[in-house]
Amino acid sequence: MGAINGVGAAPLRKEDLRFLTGRGNYVADIKRPNMAFGVFLRSPHAHARLNGIDAKAALAAPGALAVLTGEDVAADGLGSLPCGWGIVGKDGQPMKEPPFPLMAQGKVRFVGDIVAFVIADTLDEARAAAELVEVDYEPLPAVVGVLDAIAPGAPQLFDEAPGNLCCDWALGDEAATEAAFAKAAHVAKLSLTNNRLIGNPMEPRAALAEYNPGTGHYTLHSTSQFPHVVRWLMSALVLKIPEQKVRVVAPDVGGGFGVKQFLYGEEAIITWAARKVGVPVKWVAERQEGFVSDRHGRDHVTEAELALDETGKFLGFRVHTLANMGGYLSTFGPNIPTNLYAPLLSGVYTTPAIYCNVKVVFTNTVPVDAYRGAGRPEATFLVERIVDVAAAEMGIDCVELRRRNMIPASAFPYQTPVLVEYDSGDPVACLDKAQENADVAGFAARKAASAANGKLRGLGYSTYVEACGLAPSRMAGRLGARGGLYESATVRVHPTGQITVLIGTHNHGQGHETTFAQIVSERLGVPFDSVDVVYGDTDRVQFGMGTYGSRSLVVGGSALNKASDKVIVKGKKIAAHLLEAGERDIEFEAGVFSVAGTDRRKTFAEIAGAAYVPHDYPLEVLEPGLEEQAYYDPVNFTYPGGAHICEVEIDPDTGVVKIERYTGVDDVGTVINPMIVEGQLHGGVVQGIGQALCEAAVYDVETGQLVSGSLMDYCMPRADTSPRMDVSTHSTPCAHTPLGVKGCGEVGTIGSPAAVMNAVVDALAHLGVTHVDMPATPNRIWRVIQNATLPRAAE
Amino acid sequence: MKIAFKLNGRSKTVDVPPATLVCDLLRENLGLTGTHVGCDTSQCGACVVLLDGEAVKSCTLIAPALEGKVLTTIEGLAKGDKLHPMQEAFHLNHGLQCGFCTPGMVMTAIDFASHNPAPSEEETRAALEGNICRCTGYQNIVKSVMAGAAAMAAEETAAA
Repeated sequence: MGAINGVGAAPLRKEDLRFLTGRGNYVADIKRPNMAFGVFLRSPHAHARLNGIDAKAALAAPGALAVLTGEDVAADGLGSLPCGWGIVGKDGQPMKEPPFPLMAQGKVRFVGDIVAFVIADTLDEARAAAELVEVDYEPLPAVVGVLDAIAPGAPQLFDEAPGNLCCDWALGDEAATEAAFAKAAHVAKLSLTNNRLIGNPMEPRAALAEYNPGTGHYTLHSTSQFPHVVRWLMSALVLKIPEQKVRVVAPDVGGGFGVKQFLYGEEAIITWAARKVGVPVKWVAERQEGFVSDRHGRDHVTEAELALDETGKFLGFRVHTLANMGGYLSTFGPNIPTNLYAPLLSGVYTTPAIYCNVKVVFTNTVPVDAYRGAGRPEATFLVERIVDVAAAEMGIDCVELRRRNMIPASAFPYQTPVLVEYDSGDPVACLDKAQENADVAGFAARKAASAANGKLRGLGYSTYVEACGLAPSRMAGRLGARGGLYESATVRVHPTGQITVLIGTHNHGQGHETTFAQIVSERLGVPFDSVDVVYGDTDRVQFGMGTYGSRSLVVGGSALNKASDKVIVKGKKIAAHLLEAGERDIEFEAGVFSVAGTDRRKTFAEIAGAAYVPHDYPLEVLEPGLEEQAYYDPVNFTYPGGAHICEVEIDPDTGVVKIERYTGVDDVGTVINPMIVEGQLHGGVVQGIGQALCEAAVYDVETGQLVSGSLMDYCMPRADTSPRMDVSTHSTPCAHTPLGVKGCGEVGTIGSPAAVMNAVVDALAHLGVTHVDMPATPNRIWRVIQNATLPRAAE
Repeated sequence: MKIAFKLNGRSKTVDVPPATLVCDLLRENLGLTGTHVGCDTSQCGACVVLLDGEAVKSCTLIAPALEGKVLTTIEGLAKGDKLHPMQEAFHLNHGLQCGFCTPGMVMTAIDFASHNPAPSEEETRAALEGNICRCTGYQNIVKSVMAGAAAMAAEETAAA
């Protein structure tokens, strides 16, 4: 018998062995007999009329099997890609929702828009044939930035969306906020951009589709974070084929970060194509193809004002944001800069009045959707930056200003003026602990030492909160979600007492096979080694909404907990029968069912055996078998948060920003596996540092070409540019999830950019610098320093 | 063309077009899919293998370069059920999450550690510069590589 590894233990990961020995099973690794290869032909233009496609030469090329285009899509009556959220503007009008066709119809709207799918016997032949497809483009003026897109006379993407406006959305009490500003002693103003990012999971997207004409079954292997949702949306709304005849498998997936949580056109096209060509078809994205087709993240332009009284108390917060949606609405697109952004603008503060207006705008760029954090990093960056701006302007220490406005632990549950009610938290304690861990007391000496070496040192804070566990379905429905966001789990107890968990979330690095096994090990008192976790296959797992929004443990783990409860209830009935006792007299603890007050007992394994192969079961009152399924819907979001402190050193000669110390104290609720949580925090923080210091998706404003379109041009954090971090947790259990968990996948990415940029501004404050936009590249910082220090020739 | 080399301890002869990339040879011809391809510009390092003990990116190596050489991939490291000390170190230190960059990281680390039995953190970070990981933030990878280097050195001492 192996050990029980329950909540709080840190067993090593079950999933490691296959990855460490080269036995992972990623989509690109899978082969099928007679498999053909597909290549997507993509628009080289940001905006163009599509006058025609001539595929004759391509079809005559060696090995070519098919060239499918938007015309074929239309001829087969396929649906367009659905948007999962329908938001409503402040005028009560629904968002403009132009169709997102599988392949371009009449027009292309971004560089990377799919124009044709070319299939051939080999990959080389498919590439060669794709070169021969002649597309008649009539280039149109393009617009890539939100400010340009809403300007009069801007190129228009859709006739049905005048001014390129998808939705003019708002949250909060505008009048109350106006009133707050009217009585303010000080108003801090800040204009900023939140840089567009590209998720770049290390595994490029890929898909392999098969069709069996004998049974009418389709099988799609895809690099997806939510295979059940892909199956549902794709079968019902796009391909219009019976859902039960479609199997979607997301095997080992090499990182997601949100990028793989959408229904992509490629998935539907390849599934449709496999039936047309009669052989399995495989496609693996090249990295540069991923850059122009994986959904992008962030991309806001914001003007904000914070009203304060003479003591520094926040009175009101007013925000106007332009959010870039790209060329079409992706699965969650319009939800991200609205519902996942504005409700977090209260931060960890008692700001009584908040108003946020978001204009959601179409541009000739890759569609923008969720990327790790999704909306919440944008909110946190804005709140935590403007707090520092206000502190500097009012001459109040930025930590003191935070403390004066922080929600005290005693005030939870705390209702914010922007919809959400924080159930639990203790931001003050997180800040205290972070200051201690970061040795803030020693900062002045370190700054002096840096100065002696000609370097500029700065300290930056980010005290933040976010919303996780997507999603409480009722609330999501009110906000425009077109479906609830439950999660399901099945606990299948085998006759030996060993267990298979079937769960609707998807594991692509988060360690679910380990964490979920710990939950079951603890709840049912069975050895950790006796529990295996299955996910990612619609033919094996009942249903699931997948993994995103730090929901797996919060929603999926709660469903698993609930299913485990049901197993105990059923087990007690079986035990009562075997032990000839009343059901109410049966107790269950640490894997043993016993009759209260006696030594009569049955182990979990004995009960499992009796459940499946009974001789004298009371069939009229008890069904054989021991397998339970549960669905769980959280009553509220969860609200992880914490305090991050970053210390940077800037070399004024080169503009290089080096992170010398990074400290995070995060409240993620109850910690199941501290080793895994720490790993999630590390990874999240470095992704946030990437946004702050080096990452940016840059479009050429004239041509709409993605300039940062490869790993040569888009700067990713590397080992030698990433800091050593000190991360820890200060947990207040979530008040409404059964395990007390809050989610930990996104906190690092949400908390860190503001901490880094506040440190950068702090280091440059003596030069009169009050704000620097991300990313703080050496070039940008060097220019900032030069502008601030060089005497102006004309003056 | 015919190319003869040693692959994971066994002699191998393949007959492939001379422009075949080693990563494709491994993945498509030889069924060794543990070597991954994560980019198209030799930036990510997911495809790193050991050629005569030296870490090389197999996406920019053509098959004829293997002639007469010893090629080791992630599949060739463990001896039966016993992991290579570097693989074990990654397991013990939670040095991997999604696993996609892991084979390249481990191969790079083995080459590095074979020359640096007790590397500093800074040396380790510099050595991993050509391998991108998007999950871990590198901290536990660095920890794994330093621990793995020590374990490799200890194993060598024990064997000597």
